[in-house]
Amino acid sequence: MTEPFGAYIHIPFCSRRCDYCAFATWTDRDHLMSDYLDALATAITRAVDDRSLPLVTSIFVGGGTPSRVDPMRLAEVISLIPVADGAEITIECNPESATAAHFEAYAAAGVNRISFGVQSMSARVLQSLGRDHHPETVVEAVTLARASGIERLNLDLIYGGAGETLRDWESTLEQVIDLSPDHVSAYALTVEAGTPLADDPSRHPDDDDQADKYLLADSMLSSAGFTNYEISNWAKPGNECDHNLLYWRQGDYLGFGCAAHSHRSGRRWWNVRTPERYIDLVQSNESVEASAEDLDPERRRIEGLQLSLRTREGVPIDSLSASDRDLLDPLIVIDGETLVLSAEGRLLANEVAIRLR
Amino acid sequence: MAPLDSIRNLCIIAHIDHGKSTLADRLLELCGAVDPREMRAQYLDSMDIERERGITIKLQSVRLDYRDHRIHLIDTPGHVDFGYEVSRSLAACEGAILLVDAAQGIEAQTLANCYLALENDLEIVAALNKIDLPAADPDRYAAEIEKVLGIPADEILRVSAKTGEGVAELLDAVIDRIPPPVGDPDAPLQGLIFDSHFDQYRGVISSVRIMQGTLTTGARLKFVQAGAVYNAEEVGTRRPDPTPVASLGAGEVGYLIAGIKDVGEARSGETITNLSQPAPALEGYAEPRPMVFCGLYPVDGDEFTSLREALEKLRLNDSSYTYAPESSGALGFGFRCGFLGLLHMEIIRERLEREFNLSLIATAPSVQYIVHRTNGETMTIDNPSELPPAVEVDHVEEPFLRATILTPTDYTGTLMELCQGRRGEMIKLEYLSPERMELVYELPLAEVVTDFFDQMKSRTQGYASLDYEPAGYRVSDLVKVDILLNAIAVDAFSMIVHKEKAYSYGLRMTEKLKELIPRQLFDVPIQAAIGGRIIARETVKAKRKDVLAKCYGGDISRKRKLLEKQKEGKKRMKNIGRVEVPQEAFVSALRLED
Repeated sequence: MTEPFGAYIHIPFCSRRCDYCAFATWTDRDHLMSDYLDALATAITRAVDDRSLPLVTSIFVGGGTPSRVDPMRLAEVISLIPVADGAEITIECNPESATAAHFEAYAAAGVNRISFGVQSMSARVLQSLGRDHHPETVVEAVTLARASGIERLNLDLIYGGAGETLRDWESTLEQVIDLSPDHVSAYALTVEAGTPLADDPSRHPDDDDQADKYLLADSMLSSAGFTNYEISNWAKPGNECDHNLLYWRQGDYLGFGCAAHSHRSGRRWWNVRTPERYIDLVQSNESVEASAEDLDPERRRIEGLQLSLRTREGVPIDSLSASDRDLLDPLIVIDGETLVLSAEGRLLANEVAIRLR
Repeated sequence: MAPLDSIRNLCIIAHIDHGKSTLADRLLELCGAVDPREMRAQYLDSMDIERERGITIKLQSVRLDYRDHRIHLIDTPGHVDFGYEVSRSLAACEGAILLVDAAQGIEAQTLANCYLALENDLEIVAALNKIDLPAADPDRYAAEIEKVLGIPADEILRVSAKTGEGVAELLDAVIDRIPPPVGDPDAPLQGLIFDSHFDQYRGVISSVRIMQGTLTTGARLKFVQAGAVYNAEEVGTRRPDPTPVASLGAGEVGYLIAGIKDVGEARSGETITNLSQPAPALEGYAEPRPMVFCGLYPVDGDEFTSLREALEKLRLNDSSYTYAPESSGALGFGFRCGFLGLLHMEIIRERLEREFNLSLIATAPSVQYIVHRTNGETMTIDNPSELPPAVEVDHVEEPFLRATILTPTDYTGTLMELCQGRRGEMIKLEYLSPERMELVYELPLAEVVTDFFDQMKSRTQGYASLDYEPAGYRVSDLVKVDILLNAIAVDAFSMIVHKEKAYSYGLRMTEKLKELIPRQLFDVPIQAAIGGRIIARETVKAKRKDVLAKCYGGDISRKRKLLEKQKEGKKRMKNIGRVEVPQEAFVSALRLED
């Protein structure tokens, strides 16, 4: 079997910026798209040539809005990456910007998984989140993707936006389950510094409301045959996202594009933040690395526990002292020699994580 | 030794901000005492805190030579907390410059000090300062000074310490009007120590006024009240740099270094005399009496020993505070400290933190209560946790003050409201002039040591001034309010309050703490109680969510750093039972505000 290795491609273009978003994305740089795709192609080719990019077991194209760039050209970029048999290749799509042509081009390039930014199935909530699409668009996009032969679908959801009632959330979950994806990610809306949302405390989410919604999601998704395998991720058996598992297992991956992160054996680094800089540096054949960190073995070990704790895989039982296990009793479940988080514990994972030893 | 009639000893009586230190600067320049290149503002204020706060805490004396005369200028502290030091410096003088801001008029404490000076038969040379200000109204305030102190308005000088205008005339008036000292240089030595401070190289350096006899370098001295004997290692005058002399004669002011390690052996008011030919002690000595008490605790429990050392060392410099070890269930090991007043408490705390690099928590300030127990015993307590259970208490007495407030008449109503709200009883209400009013109230000290001064200042845009003196103890209906966190009483928050104010204190504290205590893994009840009776309750609901939703490539480093920070944060928490309380919660909850 091939050693797991991932490739991440960042597409930083969006039609509008969601006011909670802190990612490296831009709405006014579409004129760079072509040069940017060229730069990605060049960077990937170089990485293959200098052997820094081995055969990969997963590719994830995220953003931004990958579906906003020419699907044929994106497909060409993806095709430059050498893939192992059975590799998982995911592209993030916004429901409103995906057409049949997109999915056909993707499928032809070997893409076998689509991650849709659904966020909510309530028109009111979508509007309050500043999203461009309507709930019906989601249904259409899912149908189109399936028609192209791509069967593995993830639906991304956000809960806790201003004005979203518990009933809105329940309805969103019902409709999502009806679409029968094999994977659901549900994220608590998070206030990131420097975003318009951060400046408007009246729209900040409430922890208790989000906790209620999380538990509701866990119970509804579980009844529908999904299993939670990481704090915010649920999958039908066998449909866990390989690329994400790589992150949580401290696996190695190489990131292409501006602001993309990479990891190899305890060294993490990230690329320059703006697309202009990225294009310039690739064109002049200079390093795109903005900064890096090297983890000492102890830090790496603790980080490994902290990441694993977030997943169904859990941590060895003695990663917590006996007294901390008592203190955290309702938050943890002990299964033989392994300690995993309960649903309540997943909501308070930081409390547990800081006590890992 | 100078002939007596060429000597003038005087101090400057002035309110904070009325320009005393600036005047002292001008006098130093005028008399050529400081090289202009070395001149700096507030030359005589040696501590950083003094310069920053614009106040004088420790006394300085300086010798100025002017018109063949020798003028000993004694700087005085300008805050009510340091009233005793003022009285000692007055005892070293024959006269005083009364310096009043020509735009503000005389302030309560200045007036009180002036009365004190008059009682000591000091000659007052009054001057209105800041005549360069557009708002200056010297005629009006001269008339006011004439009314309240009987100093004829036409004898009151007009100066600007800032520009130097009128300062030479002021010095002339000092020489002409203030009488020279009297005292027999051949009589047995009687010297009054009116200030001491600790110098890390020389030990205690004392300011001394020779009342009679002669202080000679090398003499064997007896410190009468302290009952100690030391050698006069160095005697000198400050001009303003210390300049050793062979001796100081009657009427002179200078400094004395006698190899003393503890400033408590050479307190203000101490009498020195020659061991071989002793004279009796001078009158007026008093031990400094702390009026306000609080617990001081290191934020980091490991710094207890450092705090002890800091308190020991700082006390060599300022013997007017007291300290004794105590322990608090909430805060661990610390010290119960007594201070002259609230400002003194703040200054000592700040000096401990700044000069000894400590981080401290101060508990709510308390006064000293006299508790009469049902079994007939009487006890004095300065810590609420020492109050016996209500059933064992027959009655409690608390200290009262007589407070004098001078204010523009516009603010009379709001000040009366403030005093009544603080359980004050009006003694006097009198017009000093059509624009200014004198209010005298008797108030419980406990009501004054919280935020009375700040409230008075904010209600009057800073125009009112306050002076107070102790007015004995009175029986009051007092109760102890305890604050319980998860059913455990937190002694740091316990407070003795008047029965009628117990409910509002309990409510305020529980509400405040609800905001300050982070959510825990379980519900935390916060209760206020008198004895076993709960009078207020809030609950900090259990925390339900703290996890970061996303943890992908770019989030991993960020998440690890966040967890490392949270882990560090835990270490700075104080554990009360199972409840983790951040240090900031103690500091904020105990902040003095309504």
